Amino acid sequence: MEISMFEVLGPVMIGPSSSHTAGAAKIARIARRVANEDVRKVLFSLHGSFAKTYKGHGTDKALVAGILGMKEDDEEIRNSFKLAQQQGIEFNFVETELKNSHENSVLIEIYDSNDICHKVIGSSIGGGRILITNIDDFEVEISAKNPVIIIKQRDRKGVVSDITSLLAKNNINIGVMRVSRKEKGIEASTVIETDDEVPINIIEQLSCIENIDDVKVLNFTQSQDW
Amino acid sequence: MYYNGKELLELAISRDVRLSDIILENEMRISGKSEMEIKQGLKRRYVIMEESAQKALTMPQDTVGAMISGDSKKINDYAERGLAISGDFIGKIMARALSCCEVNASMGRICAAPTAGSCGIVPAVIISVCEKLKLDEDSAIRGLITCSGIGAIIVKNATVAGAEGGCQAECGAAAAMTAAAVVEMAGGTPEMCLNAAAIALKNILGLICDPVAGLVEVPCAKRNASQAVNAVTSADLALAGIKSNIPFDEVVEAMYNVGKMLPYQLRETALGGLAATKTAKKISSRIYSK
Repeated sequence: MEISMFEVLGPVMIGPSSSHTAGAAKIARIARRVANEDVRKVLFSLHGSFAKTYKGHGTDKALVAGILGMKEDDEEIRNSFKLAQQQGIEFNFVETELKNSHENSVLIEIYDSNDICHKVIGSSIGGGRILITNIDDFEVEISAKNPVIIIKQRDRKGVVSDITSLLAKNNINIGVMRVSRKEKGIEASTVIETDDEVPINIIEQLSCIENIDDVKVLNFTQSQDW
Repeated sequence: MYYNGKELLELAISRDVRLSDIILENEMRISGKSEMEIKQGLKRRYVIMEESAQKALTMPQDTVGAMISGDSKKINDYAERGLAISGDFIGKIMARALSCCEVNASMGRICAAPTAGSCGIVPAVIISVCEKLKLDEDSAIRGLITCSGIGAIIVKNATVAGAEGGCQAECGAAAAMTAAAVVEMAGGTPEMCLNAAAIALKNILGLICDPVAGLVEVPCAKRNASQAVNAVTSADLALAGIKSNIPFDEVVEAMYNVGKMLPYQLRETALGGLAATKTAKKISSRIYSK
């Protein structure tokens, strides 16, 4: 059984709904990390059950709290709107239809201080567990339990093997790896889940590889500590 | 290794140990943590459970929809006056389950077990059974281990999300987990544990998720109270030697299939069931016009 008892008894969280409140906070917290914690403006597009019940479940407050970096057990979640306003962060909610998405899904578009838009689509799949399915228009499948490396690259021969050999050289074991591209020869992405924490100097080393545009490391763990 | 109830039971029987021993061993293997670290993690959760099960017994919580505030105190006072027809023990269990729900609905801190909407069942029963049988905290932690093992099997083979499976998935999982734990805490066999879990889940099979105004208050809180009672009575049936004619794994599968057959109006969307009644609509417009 690969499901931990702490996934079943937990998370310790602020109510009222593990999928609509805790899961939502977690997805938004990941989106904040994807935006390098630089958040000026956010648009939340809510799908399915999220769209229908977000006000009552405090999904809206939880999403904003996540954007502010709060964890799902922070009693300040109920005050997140006020705290965001104090920090000068704009936020809006719209209802939408996201294709082929789980009932509890949200598209988060964060505009940073340079007005660059970072996009994350995440689903809250029950009991506070989440799945990130899209980052910046690339399909991914991240459950935020293991460290993740997200690489944006040109779609050229050899890039993937450069990445894997560099990781091997640094003694980092690849658990899951997914390469996708928007169009042949243009932009591609590589998402790698690793078994162990990824040291920050790996970002620099990976960035030096030819045809790599961007590298992000999110050191998720099984516990709620990150 | 086990992936379902049958495999878990076979392991426990072949080694003549409790379900919680196998579940704990599995956790050590997948997490790389020691028994002590795992138990400490569970203790931290138990503290949160105790707090949320206690808080609203004496102090009504200001919930978002104001539909359940003070209910925990009412049944607690009533039971403490010795008036409960179902007895002090059941009265206290319901009061504790309702307390957790009030704390949850007021955006307070709870431990999902397995979800927030069903967070009252495990704490109310484990705490009350420990009191009744005069068990120590270690036994409570043992109970939580059994709970989580049964819950993991349901997560793995079905779902615990109301949006996917309805209330039977959330409160049903909680009741099944708890029933198995109570049997083990009371000294029952591993087989009895799985019978109790199967009986509890059968008792709630088909229950929809129809939250009034989309809030986790009505009917969720009272369903936590009734499912906490379901867990205890199912445990008693199993401890008496009554078997579930349908094995636990098949009940879990049936629950999952029923969940998939439920139209989306009956899966947490607040579009059907009690949520679609005249009164619920009135309550809903009162809350959202604020």
